[in-house]
Amino acid sequence: MNVPTDLKYADSHEWMRAESDGTVTIGITDHAQEALGDLVFIELPAVGRVLKAGEACAIVESVKAASDVYAPMSGEVVAVNDAASSAPESLNEDAYAAWLFRLRPADPGALATMLDAAAYEKFVGEA
Amino acid sequence: MGRHTPLHAAHRAAGARMVDFGGWDMPVNYGSQIDEHHAVRRDAGMFDVSHMRVVDLEADAGAGGVRDFLRYALANNVDKLQSPGRALYSCLLRTDGGVLDDVIVYFLSEDRFRIVVNAGTAEKDIAWFAKLLAARAPALRLQPREELAMIAVQGPKAREKLRAALPGSETASSGLKPFFGVAVSTEFGETFIARTGYTGEDGFEVMLPAQHAQALWHALAAAGATPCGLGARDTLRLEAGLNLYGQDMDETVSPLAAGLAWTVDLESPRDFVGKAALLAQSPSQQQLGLVLQDAGGVLRAHQRVNTAQGEGEITSGTFSPTLGKSIALARLPTGVAVGDTVSVAVRDKALAARTVKPPFVRNGRVLVS
Repeated sequence: MNVPTDLKYADSHEWMRAESDGTVTIGITDHAQEALGDLVFIELPAVGRVLKAGEACAIVESVKAASDVYAPMSGEVVAVNDAASSAPESLNEDAYAAWLFRLRPADPGALATMLDAAAYEKFVGEA
Repeated sequence: MGRHTPLHAAHRAAGARMVDFGGWDMPVNYGSQIDEHHAVRRDAGMFDVSHMRVVDLEADAGAGGVRDFLRYALANNVDKLQSPGRALYSCLLRTDGGVLDDVIVYFLSEDRFRIVVNAGTAEKDIAWFAKLLAARAPALRLQPREELAMIAVQGPKAREKLRAALPGSETASSGLKPFFGVAVSTEFGETFIARTGYTGEDGFEVMLPAQHAQALWHALAAAGATPCGLGARDTLRLEAGLNLYGQDMDETVSPLAAGLAWTVDLESPRDFVGKAALLAQSPSQQQLGLVLQDAGGVLRAHQRVNTAQGEGEITSGTFSPTLGKSIALARLPTGVAVGDTVSVAVRDKALAARTVKPPFVRNGRVLVS
């Protein structure tokens, strides 16, 4: 299982990366893409939408099933990756390159409270 | 923990993702399901279908009576089977016309017909046959062949892969017409090779003693057949417009509303289980294919379909790797015509889909637009 140590994670299988401008880039983990199988459809939130932590805000569909993607923290959507939604298979190829959306967190300290790689790996191992 | 086929260890060793199917622990994919799908359309894939149950219906040598019984038990007419080895697809109906199962029946001799039934319905089917036999043909024997494994090799290159993997099969399989089967002695024991399948491609289903299943599987892999899981099997059969029992029809559904009227013989004077019920029906629903026109999601089973003639429902839906679009089988009001645009409720959206006559794909060619 590929779990980069420079990222943070949510137990709903999103990864998060801190950007220098204070925003947070979010995608789904390698474990999540593997479990979903070949992805064929992605729906992203609208830029400007304000999300609450835990809110379903994107949809990823594989040949097998549809799955929600959740906002790991509250914040406003400042960008979405249209390249990912127009090529859903890019998430299967590299889940950490094919990001989904970028948030400006309502609480700048929220990211620090998320799981680190070791904790996420342990969580997946136990699930 | 589901039941294991003789190939279970091979699936595990190949890194398959396993899933419960009809009480069996089966591979859903070995990696990319879409790659497996394309392998079957463009080259050759192989499937472990040992979970399906082979049941032989036998009479004492020379006593016959098997055909006569099946003429009554099955909705399709076994009198279409006149050459030994010939196979027929048929529904097994309840008295009220509901579909108990869909099966393939092979005419081996007047003393022996072979029936291949679905995994999840095998026990129910056997009990049903036993009850009918007790009432109508108590001298016949129902012989479940649980010692047999079954491997399907499917795709335009299936023939050459099978020839490479199963020396001695060539003479028997080269002249085999579609929907025929033949028994052959091979290094893997007494093997039954049938030119049947569930993918819309040419190919074979091979029944052989379970202890030889791994050897044949590895020989096919060495010949270049791609191992495929139930995931690809489902997208392939849906593209081919083939029903899945329990999803596109079941005991509560008439074959006439499930696109299976062509398999029901109502013309011949013979009586069969469910015939009276079907003759009394005037179906208000029909099965049609759907091709999603809008972006916005994937068609899935149980989504509601709105048409000018009323509501319907998707029974099977998926993303079609060959079309690059979402497709579905749906049960719709009988007034809906091929080419109509209908609306499907996908989550909070209403997406446009066009009705088509299945199949969507046959022998690698897209048949709808």
